[in-house]
Amino acid sequence: MPPTLALTVARYRPERESEPSFQTYEVPLRKDWVVLDALNYVKDRLDGSLSFRWSCRMGVCGSCGMKVNGSPKLTCATFLADYMPGPVRVEPLDYFPVVRDLVVDLTDFVRKLKHVKPWIIREKEKAPSEGEYLQTPEQLDSYKQFSMCINCMLCYSACPIYGLEPGFIGPAAVALAQRYNMDSRDQGAAERLKILSEHDGLWQCTFVGECTKVCPKHVDPAGAIQQYKVTAATHWVKSLLLPWSAR
Amino acid sequence: MSADPHYTLYHPRWYRRRVSVWWWLRKRSYARFVLRELTSVFVAFFAVIYLWQLWAVVQGPDAYARFLARLRTPLFLALDAVAFLFVLFHAVTWFNLTPKAMVVRLRGTRVPDAVIIGLNYAAWLVLSGMVAFVLLRA
Repeated sequence: MPPTLALTVARYRPERESEPSFQTYEVPLRKDWVVLDALNYVKDRLDGSLSFRWSCRMGVCGSCGMKVNGSPKLTCATFLADYMPGPVRVEPLDYFPVVRDLVVDLTDFVRKLKHVKPWIIREKEKAPSEGEYLQTPEQLDSYKQFSMCINCMLCYSACPIYGLEPGFIGPAAVALAQRYNMDSRDQGAAERLKILSEHDGLWQCTFVGECTKVCPKHVDPAGAIQQYKVTAATHWVKSLLLPWSAR
Repeated sequence: MSADPHYTLYHPRWYRRRVSVWWWLRKRSYARFVLRELTSVFVAFFAVIYLWQLWAVVQGPDAYARFLARLRTPLFLALDAVAFLFVLFHAVTWFNLTPKAMVVRLRGTRVPDAVIIGLNYAAWLVLSGMVAFVLLRA
């Protein structure tokens, strides 16, 4: 008899219950299994009604973010063996509305992401015949870290500010805004500064720092926000001292 | 497909969890964060004491003597001791976050966090030494 592990999973079936409940399954404990493998085992063999999101199984797509034993994790990169002897408790990410079981609704983030204009903004686009926008390795290096974000939402789930102030634009959105601000090809920094200096922008952050700790791609959203605060504060002082130079 | 994203016939019944009042007890880092937020009151207390001291200096030697006498009462000694600990806590957490806000690049590579934190502590030590030198010489 191979060893097994108790997997306690949050269930929410809106057609049946008004509140989530927990259901425990016995899953085989294999050394190379991650939490997502166990969930798929449940779905395939024990209970086909369990709903959860996943796609790539290799930490690239950002779909399988869930809470494992209370911490936001990518379930495809969280090994069962690290939770011996169990039980392993899987819940949907915090602060997002739960649609069903482990599936949360991310509309709020998608709206906020779009709000910070995460694309290259040019005052005047070059004609294709003029060639590409060149970038040195140093210029690439200055924003590359922030471009690694896979929108897995672990940082939002780790951020108590987002839980308490749902209007807060949030860690990943600021990191991705910063990704374009630092890009040598971009000219939209002033536009984004206006958006991020709004009431629900970066000043809501009081630096808990958990977003950076849970980030599976080492994006460091907390760093992005603090660096952006320095930029915003410098801009404010400049506009105070040199009102005619502020755009 | 409906063009209106707010189409509601089969709108899912989302479950929204409320944030518990005790959320900050769930993790040590959350508790430390709340402690930092709350104890900033003591940093403000230190600033107020400095303003009071300045005011006493302006008022003259008698007022300054009264100010010093007041600071020597057990209540102020206790308050000061607590405030000192929390100001120290704030100083340390502040120095530790500097590399997050300051990205320094030298010859194309990022200066390591430990170096930035170390330089901050070094500047703190040098300045404190200078202050101590001026005070102790007198």
